[in-house]
Amino acid sequence: MTKMFHEPLIFEISGEGKKGFLFPKLDVPLKDNILKDIPSREEIDGFPEVSELEVVRHFTRLSQTNYCIDLGFYPLGSCTMKYNPKINEKLASTKELLLSHPYASEKWTQGSLGILKTTEEFLKNITGMDAITLQPSAGAQGEFVGMLMIRACLEESGNPRKIVLIPDSAHGTNPSSAHICGYRIQEIKSNEQGSVDVADLAEHMTEDVAALMVTNPNTLGVFETDIKKIADIVHSKGGFVYMDGANMNALIGMCKPGDMGIDVIHLNLHKTFSTPHGGGGPGSGPVGVTKELEPYLPFPIIEKEDGIFRLNHLRPKSIGRVRSFYGSFLVIVKALVYMLSLGPIGLKEIAEIAVLNSNYIRKSLENDYDLKYKTPTLHECVFSDKIQREHGVTNIDIAKRLIDYGVHPPTMSFPLIVQGALMIEPTETESKKDMDRFIDAMKQIAQEARNDPEVLKNAPHVSYVRRLDETSAARNPVLRWHNKPGEK
Amino acid sequence: MSYISLSEKDKKEMLARIGVSSIEELFRSIPDDLKIKKNLDVPDSLTEPELSRWMDEIAHQNSYHDFLSFLGAGAYSHVIPSVVDYLSSRGEFISPYTPYQPEVSQGTLQIIFEFQTLICQLTGMDIANASLYDGASGAAEAVLMANRIKSKPKILVAKSLHPQYREVIQTYTKNLDLSVIEIEFSDRGEVDYEDLKEKLDEETSAVVVQSPNFFGIIEKLERISALAHERQALSVVVVAEPVSLGILEAPGKLGADIVTGEGQSFGLPLSFGGPYLGFMACCKEFIRQFPGRIAGETKDVDGKRGFVATLSTREQFIRRERATSNICTNQAWCALRATIFLELLGKQGMKELAWQNLQKANYALNQITQIGGIKPRFQGEHFNEFVLEFEKPWAKIEGFLLEKGLIGGLSLADVYPELSNCALLCVTESHRKENIDRLVALLKEVCS
Amino acid sequence: MYPDNFYYTKDHEWVKTDGDKATVGITDFAQKQLGDVVYVELPQSGSQLEFHQSMGVIESVKAVSDIFSPISGEIIETNEELNDSPELVNENPHDSGWIVKIKIKDEKELEKLMSASEYEKFLEGLEE
Repeated sequence: MTKMFHEPLIFEISGEGKKGFLFPKLDVPLKDNILKDIPSREEIDGFPEVSELEVVRHFTRLSQTNYCIDLGFYPLGSCTMKYNPKINEKLASTKELLLSHPYASEKWTQGSLGILKTTEEFLKNITGMDAITLQPSAGAQGEFVGMLMIRACLEESGNPRKIVLIPDSAHGTNPSSAHICGYRIQEIKSNEQGSVDVADLAEHMTEDVAALMVTNPNTLGVFETDIKKIADIVHSKGGFVYMDGANMNALIGMCKPGDMGIDVIHLNLHKTFSTPHGGGGPGSGPVGVTKELEPYLPFPIIEKEDGIFRLNHLRPKSIGRVRSFYGSFLVIVKALVYMLSLGPIGLKEIAEIAVLNSNYIRKSLENDYDLKYKTPTLHECVFSDKIQREHGVTNIDIAKRLIDYGVHPPTMSFPLIVQGALMIEPTETESKKDMDRFIDAMKQIAQEARNDPEVLKNAPHVSYVRRLDETSAARNPVLRWHNKPGEK
Repeated sequence: MSYISLSEKDKKEMLARIGVSSIEELFRSIPDDLKIKKNLDVPDSLTEPELSRWMDEIAHQNSYHDFLSFLGAGAYSHVIPSVVDYLSSRGEFISPYTPYQPEVSQGTLQIIFEFQTLICQLTGMDIANASLYDGASGAAEAVLMANRIKSKPKILVAKSLHPQYREVIQTYTKNLDLSVIEIEFSDRGEVDYEDLKEKLDEETSAVVVQSPNFFGIIEKLERISALAHERQALSVVVVAEPVSLGILEAPGKLGADIVTGEGQSFGLPLSFGGPYLGFMACCKEFIRQFPGRIAGETKDVDGKRGFVATLSTREQFIRRERATSNICTNQAWCALRATIFLELLGKQGMKELAWQNLQKANYALNQITQIGGIKPRFQGEHFNEFVLEFEKPWAKIEGFLLEKGLIGGLSLADVYPELSNCALLCVTESHRKENIDRLVALLKEVCS
Repeated sequence: MYPDNFYYTKDHEWVKTDGDKATVGITDFAQKQLGDVVYVELPQSGSQLEFHQSMGVIESVKAVSDIFSPISGEIIETNEELNDSPELVNENPHDSGWIVKIKIKDEKELEKLMSASEYEKFLEGLEE
């Protein structure tokens, strides 16, 4: 299907006079000259003019060039690309939720507030934390909020401190978020098992360190078995432990971050809690904290008094706001419907099967690809292209060839401690059949790397577009369509 | 409900291959003292029919939609064409991942490229990104960007910038060597030029104004940009109601260096505040300091046109602590809806939409200000929002209107103590003449 | 492969001296590691640098690398050609892909650097 067309840009099918949408006639008396001296424009230069059919075909065709979960497997480590249940979508379209204005008085939005509060209770339970904010729009913003709260609490005792410790296996948003809070980053080494090197941590943990940012299980899929000891080391010098909860899929119903000595944790509703990725958002990054940090939560918080929900903006120690209103409300609705749908047994089953699926794939591929760390892993595992490099084949080539087999490539841009990484996370919703197809594809690719490396280097061969020139795109950026010839 | 796709036979086979006898064995690495001994204390699972009933009950505790409302203030009630819901609900748009593998994400990337182009056309700028979380965090990112470019320690922010946007700027800048100073507004509701001139100096990185501003007043952007440039500061324009750009001149043509704002008006429901859609655009010389994902055009090995996420070295997954922003997941699906909306309406539709908002708000204001006891608080030109000042206490007027099934506007006293008996009203194309006339009649009744 | 008359650093920069002027670039190993160079952030002429101070950044499509000054001194010239043709760093890293010219402050600092054969041995050690 996708080879039958190459869809142009909407501007290239635009034609003067075509209309896609009509408004009712203006029903108030027309007033001339309203704008007087205000600079105005006759029309938006270059804006398209197309019919409704053209819009529908344009987007329908473009949709068919997208890989998606509804189509196939995404073994993307740390992304938790699980199935997006359709009841979530349906209930998030409930009229009374879509139409509720965020500035309306609480009297008229008790349903929306009740939804937020119920979600908070669920997440507190799952994480074992004392308080939650649903305000951050994504995991990265959650990290920012978490670090701000840590800083505010330390500032109140007189010294915000200067450094944040981050393992070398961490996701890029960790150092980035710490930096915006005014902290310098100090990297902590991983040991031979791929875990935080406790000795290295102890050496670097001083009273100048505000926090350790840790991912558990870490980006290799390994559970930090020393997490309590790690937390103790940090706490003994008055620091805080921040947990990146992106990998919560391995822990849900099994153990609680609140029991591990974690002070702040962010969750990704668009990972563990099944809300759709939408091609890059919207997400939602709730943050859970201990009682000690609760006063610093962003405002407003939702309180229940005499059975009525209220918004409380009077929070003198709060770090402030990180976005308008209350959070990605409809995303939160989807996550809540998911949690209600699964219940305690279903929630625990997530971790059980996520870990089963990942270990099945790991076992099936351990003779074909190099596994740098032999430590037991939970919901994800990280192979590398070490064996294939002997034939001049890299993880990128393997990834592009997987596309020919109808599978989305795994994560490759981190962890930085594994060169040529292939981070695989099947999640709990995958079928054995689709996992076996993936395993077979990977085995065949390993064979191709030995016998026919060129076919990998030139992959993909059967996609809508073949390998794209990312170098030119960066050297000579063309970032928009231009309507005037000769204009750059 | 369970979304697992394994049969009991599958599980047995998988356990056998792994070489363990139970799933429990796979969790050996979690210390016993951390393992939860009983099930989570959360409500039992609900099936689909039960979930629908649950949602029905809780949603009915919302009653806002029963009112005829004139609320705006950064969240606007506009038409959402059926095509927007229809197309955006496709699984190929809802369920894909971020487009890190461009060969299988051309749909997402081409749509981002079109979105970027549309934003550039609306704002009159060279480059736009794939989206930010919302208008408020967009304003904060613009402030950080201006500071990176100019490296001066001062940012001037208009007091007429949305109060929540100013709060977010505060949060984002408080741990940096940056002081944010507010500029007063005049009786016209515009930026107070004397105050601006006095506070502008060579230590200023940028002047940040919203237009139309929180009071609905259209700012004189050319004048403000010129003043900023005289002091080598950047002009940052925030647009919380971009429907206005269907008729107002593009900020880029009026001297803006960075334009950012809220795209909720373009096909996103009010949805109690989120998810919304931040957009940002800038001049091409600032490209390396620009935050957010960007799609760029290129060719594949066969010479076919394609799109990729480009200039990624600005972003966190490569530059880590020196990234232009920590943003990773953004609002791609919301940007998709906005793209469908903008392309469907097109040149004519956008102009008509802006025009109707302007005319209806103007009609409403004219009718209302003929009523004794109410006057427009500001003399400036407005778009689809305006501030009214009342002689009688607003609480009384508001209460009366509520009894009659109307939400009259947003009280400003909490956020602007100097605007104590004032309310902010918004009139859009969604208000019919009889709605506006009803408001006018009721105001007449309660104010005289 | 590596010119005998150059000095080399552990950060994979090379230095070619000509009287009191030093030309600096990155080595072939470094450019291979980076991949296609898309942008070079050059320092300002006239800037004073200390030994091992970051003086710019090289960007490829998927990576970013600091360029560290191998010696102390003043930047007297930067390779403006890299603005339009960053690929020179890949095509000719030891010649037309040069990055800056520095006025040497203290010749003794050159003794801290490696010779061509020492650098080649150093590279062998990296590929464990």
